[in-house]
Amino acid sequence: MSSGGSFTDLLQFIFMGLQRGSIYAMVAMGFNMIYNSTGIINLAQGEFVVLGGLMMVTLTMGLNLSIPFALMITVIFVTVIGILMERFTINPVKSPTVLRLIIITVAVSILLKGVAMCFWGKESHYMRHFTGTEPFEIMGATILPQTLWIIGILLVIVVGFALFFNFTMTGKSMRACSINRDAARLAGINDRNMVMLSFALSAGIGAVAGSIITPIIQMDYARGALLGIKGFGAAVVGGLGNSFGAVVAGLLIGIVEALGGGYISTHYMDAFALLILLVVLFIRPSGIFGSREASRLKEF
Amino acid sequence: MLRLVNVNSYYNLVHVLRNLSLHVNEGEIVTLIGANGAGKSTTLRSVSGLHQVREGNIYFKGTDITNKPTEQLVKLGIAYVPEGRQLFRPMTVFDNLELGGYQAYKIYGKKQLKVNMDSMFELFPILKERQKQYAGTLSGGEQQMLAIAMALMAKPQFLLLDEPSMGLAPLIVREIFRVISELKNETGLTVLLVEQNANAALKIADRGYVMETGKIILEQDAASLLKNQEVKRAYLGKDKRGIWE
Repeated sequence: MSSGGSFTDLLQFIFMGLQRGSIYAMVAMGFNMIYNSTGIINLAQGEFVVLGGLMMVTLTMGLNLSIPFALMITVIFVTVIGILMERFTINPVKSPTVLRLIIITVAVSILLKGVAMCFWGKESHYMRHFTGTEPFEIMGATILPQTLWIIGILLVIVVGFALFFNFTMTGKSMRACSINRDAARLAGINDRNMVMLSFALSAGIGAVAGSIITPIIQMDYARGALLGIKGFGAAVVGGLGNSFGAVVAGLLIGIVEALGGGYISTHYMDAFALLILLVVLFIRPSGIFGSREASRLKEF
Repeated sequence: MLRLVNVNSYYNLVHVLRNLSLHVNEGEIVTLIGANGAGKSTTLRSVSGLHQVREGNIYFKGTDITNKPTEQLVKLGIAYVPEGRQLFRPMTVFDNLELGGYQAYKIYGKKQLKVNMDSMFELFPILKERQKQYAGTLSGGEQQMLAIAMALMAKPQFLLLDEPSMGLAPLIVREIFRVISELKNETGLTVLLVEQNANAALKIADRGYVMETGKIILEQDAASLLKNQEVKRAYLGKDKRGIWE
């Protein structure tokens, strides 16, 4: 790397940051979706990512399925888990206060982690890359094909969700529920079903994130917590509930991490994300893109 | 069409509705007048399923609808326009109307939604002009029209209206009340109207109930209520001196 000069280094770090940041962005979008429909933070979000990654490992490495087919099964599998989680742990709660629901999600996350450990063991799992490991060279820096897949899939998801929430009746009614729940019910929208749908979508997006990152980080059952915290950081920095903010903040945190790791110390890499989170919480608790007024009105 | 029998509702320990009974016949406009805190809005919230009824029963066309989920009542043809213009402010007028017709869309599909929307634009031409604007940027009167239009998008048979005149200029109030009585005459819509502006409400209503501290204290046809000395004094802003002199 010494021969490449400082610009190449910088570019290399930015590529790496984009790759990590895309994952944080997707986790953050998952957080936002459930936050918007229920007002809670789903602390089992990281576990969705882990389950997605591990399932993908089993399907592609164990059963030797093709990547697109395995990805489809993985997303369906984790989405079903998300739906079951909502139906059996969130929906039956008689008087759902924010604190109660959050503690339930903690319990679910511990449960999922335990189940994942039983099935997949404690070791980390290797998975083959989507399309080879031969890196491309861009202006002296190298980028893995998998990184391009990650960034590409993030783009597809962002565009897909934008279309869904702005142009379909179901998407609009999900937004309606998060804007004004009583008014949505008066329009005949079943708010409970919308909550279930938000869990399904956020589990699905978690599964995708886990599937595409696993070839690079090698998934193990305990990764969920850290991924969850980084994603949560991105969601808060971007302004809770704001999907555009989540994507920008996710990428930002990824890049700052990579730059910090590259120029200062790799040992403190994980700390940089938390540092950004703390700074934002001190200076602008509503997040970079969150409106102050809205954050004052929310219960959490 | 609607019948409340001995309904009791609470806010925690506060007993708001005390053995409230009233009925609304098909094709009628019935108004509920009373002071602040008498329980008028709670009555409507209880009927629409947003507020839990602790005792008593509510019947709609003969079937018991007590404590049914709101979204099911919408399917039965009950629409409720809450006070304070409950809209989806960060969404466009068009989207708001579309969401108002959510049930119509689920049952009859996109075509019916379009038909319903066109009839709303006919009823409130201003909304057609504003359809691309965000609901939060409309004036108070336009927001109230949108709120009513959203409820009507579901093609209800029975409309619960809570304080449609609140904070609006008299000219707009007149326009909104004109639309309500037009709907009643042309489509046979049944309306239960809660109003602070008792004078205006009684003018378009067939019958009225007077409510005080969670109870009905008087029930008469609207014309007699307008002439009633007590009602005049307490709710129509004409105090005793004005009447006697």
